[in-house]
Amino acid sequence: MKIDNNQLLRFTTAGSVDDGKSTLIGRLLYDSKSIFEDQLISIENTSKRRGHEGIDLALFTDGLRDEREQGITIDVAYRYFTTPKRKFIIADTPGHVQYTRNMVTGASTANVAIILVDARHGVIEQTKRHAFIASLLQIPHIIVCVNKMDLVDFTEDAYNNVISQFEEFSSKFLIKDIRFIPISALLGDNVVNRSENMDWYQGAPLLHTLETMHISSDLNKVDARFPVQTVLRPQREGFLDYRGYAGRVASGIFRLGDEITVMPSGFTSKIKSIDTFDGELEEAHAPMSIAITLEDDIDIGRGDMIVRSNNKPETSQDMEVMLCWLHNNPARPRAKYTIMHTSNEQKAMIKEVLYKIDINTLKSKTDDDSLNMNDICKVTLRTTKPLMYDCYRENRTTGSIILIDDSTNETVAAGMIL
Amino acid sequence: MSKYYLNYLDELEAEAIYVLREVWAQFQKPVILFSGGKDSIVVTHLAQKAFYPSKIPFPLMHVDTGHNFPETIKFRDDLINSLGVELLVGSVQDSIDQGRVAEERGKHATRNALQITTLLDAIENNKIDCAIGGGRRDEEKARAKERFFSHRDEFGQWDPKNQRPELWNIFNGKYFEGEHFRVFPISNWTEMDVWNYIKREKIEIPSLYYAHIREVVWRSNSWIPYSEFTVLEENEAVLSKKIRFRTLGDITITGGIESEADTLEKIVDEVSAMRNTERGNRSDDKRSESAMEDRKRQGYF
Repeated sequence: MKIDNNQLLRFTTAGSVDDGKSTLIGRLLYDSKSIFEDQLISIENTSKRRGHEGIDLALFTDGLRDEREQGITIDVAYRYFTTPKRKFIIADTPGHVQYTRNMVTGASTANVAIILVDARHGVIEQTKRHAFIASLLQIPHIIVCVNKMDLVDFTEDAYNNVISQFEEFSSKFLIKDIRFIPISALLGDNVVNRSENMDWYQGAPLLHTLETMHISSDLNKVDARFPVQTVLRPQREGFLDYRGYAGRVASGIFRLGDEITVMPSGFTSKIKSIDTFDGELEEAHAPMSIAITLEDDIDIGRGDMIVRSNNKPETSQDMEVMLCWLHNNPARPRAKYTIMHTSNEQKAMIKEVLYKIDINTLKSKTDDDSLNMNDICKVTLRTTKPLMYDCYRENRTTGSIILIDDSTNETVAAGMIL
Repeated sequence: MSKYYLNYLDELEAEAIYVLREVWAQFQKPVILFSGGKDSIVVTHLAQKAFYPSKIPFPLMHVDTGHNFPETIKFRDDLINSLGVELLVGSVQDSIDQGRVAEERGKHATRNALQITTLLDAIENNKIDCAIGGGRRDEEKARAKERFFSHRDEFGQWDPKNQRPELWNIFNGKYFEGEHFRVFPISNWTEMDVWNYIKREKIEIPSLYYAHIREVVWRSNSWIPYSEFTVLEENEAVLSKKIRFRTLGDITITGGIESEADTLEKIVDEVSAMRNTERGNRSDDKRSESAMEDRKRQGYF
């Protein structure tokens, strides 16, 4: 296999309880020969014990003991497979219990969301929720898999119905790229191998689509942002005066000699070197981990952000945020939380709940300002010091935040800055 | 014109370096859990990259079962010397001598489970608030749900049903006195990724990973090395075989496979053609369907 150009694609899968999500993942792993013999034997034994005919592909994705006993998925689980073209990471998110929290988690790093729809039932409420969350989290690509085509005699009508239903409700969402594929996860049609039962479908099977879709533009390469994680001061021979700012390029491209501004102090300088263990670089882009040295001695620490002087982020203590509440303890009115944003950490207060989105009707409600587990609300936040951010739609790294409850240290909310 | 995307190994590397730097920024006293196996060697290599031109700013910690491959100990000491970092050792033998744990009995006795106490004692005694491990999510089904930053309560226990959600690349490493974190920078790597990376980076690994002639005993479907700790059963014979190890652990339970792969190229080819998971040769995972989950809940690596 040639490694040089093979990219990494992260996708998340969403579907209702019986849409065949686990079967689809099992099918992808099985047909792409990513399942080992000892796993296969263990699953054959379990299938037999439970009285299944053949092997139950869904068993590949069973993780913790509680789930195996109850036959459900309770937390995001990550799966891996590689083809000669790409490496894939699947964030497998549960269908029902706490689905919002888990799907938001799985979606936060995904390039692609696969949404499963049962061809017999068409678009249902859960489909709309999944599409809404995918658009909320700005997953760049959505693939709607119309599953169980074998149960509707592989007819084009069933497939077209789903497309028109989906187009109807999703037109107001912010979705950049959407595709539809008719499949049977159970029988393998159009998953890895082209279906012989659906001549009318001219598009590519799922795996081929995942292997070839354009993802190198998914990261923002325009706005150069470098949140400083830590400062490297080796204080050993050869590096006595070395002061490198270590971090990962959040977005954009930095080059030697670039005029930069350090936020929030506003000091300016030029990039003197871009360093890595493997040598100095002329330029660095997202998502590379590097160290930057500057021409001038400036006081810089964790939480500061280096940006190109001609393109700066927003700087404010007040911002509007779409907040997804992730914890059993509801938000306390006017309580202070720790906010983490890139490498920056401070205190924040939820000043006002502007509206709550009813996840079932997708309509906004203004008469309810409570924040409970799985609620999605538009709020205003105020931080103790200015935050350097971009809107989430433009930049998933500098536009995202989490809130932490200091009394439990738990992560209680995820937010996307508007 | 240059390309402005990373290939998957570079992206995995950049992610791991980012995680290691977050550890250094967020914790007071982190350590790398170093077993001498390839995964902890790769994590150490990544830490070298993350802090260059500084040295790795925290110690390596070895939980020593006392049942070691001599090659592993030599490798460990050489690496520590060349990196110029501190080594901490938690000894299972000491835990036994102090009466903290009791040795298992019988043919299948191992010190695997005993390591949990030694590890947790070492973490507590050294006031460690973050133990960096080489665990990967592809290794075992209980690991598939593990976070990058994984919280442990004051008893060192993992609560898989109550994990903090982990979004984007924002890691919450906050803890109360007495609690600690386990952090897994190579969570998203597979066995194949690790081998491809070792090959690409020309990382030195113990000779045990290469095919070599060794005295072994056939047990639990794999070749267990014959050592001073082996208790032979009546129907068991010591044979001389050309084998190599896919994982390294306690010498009494680490099974080898017959192999001719004596170079990294051959190992990578062999692994990519392999039809069994690497932990398939670890008898500690064969005890029950949820053996790994149960050990992890108690505080295992």
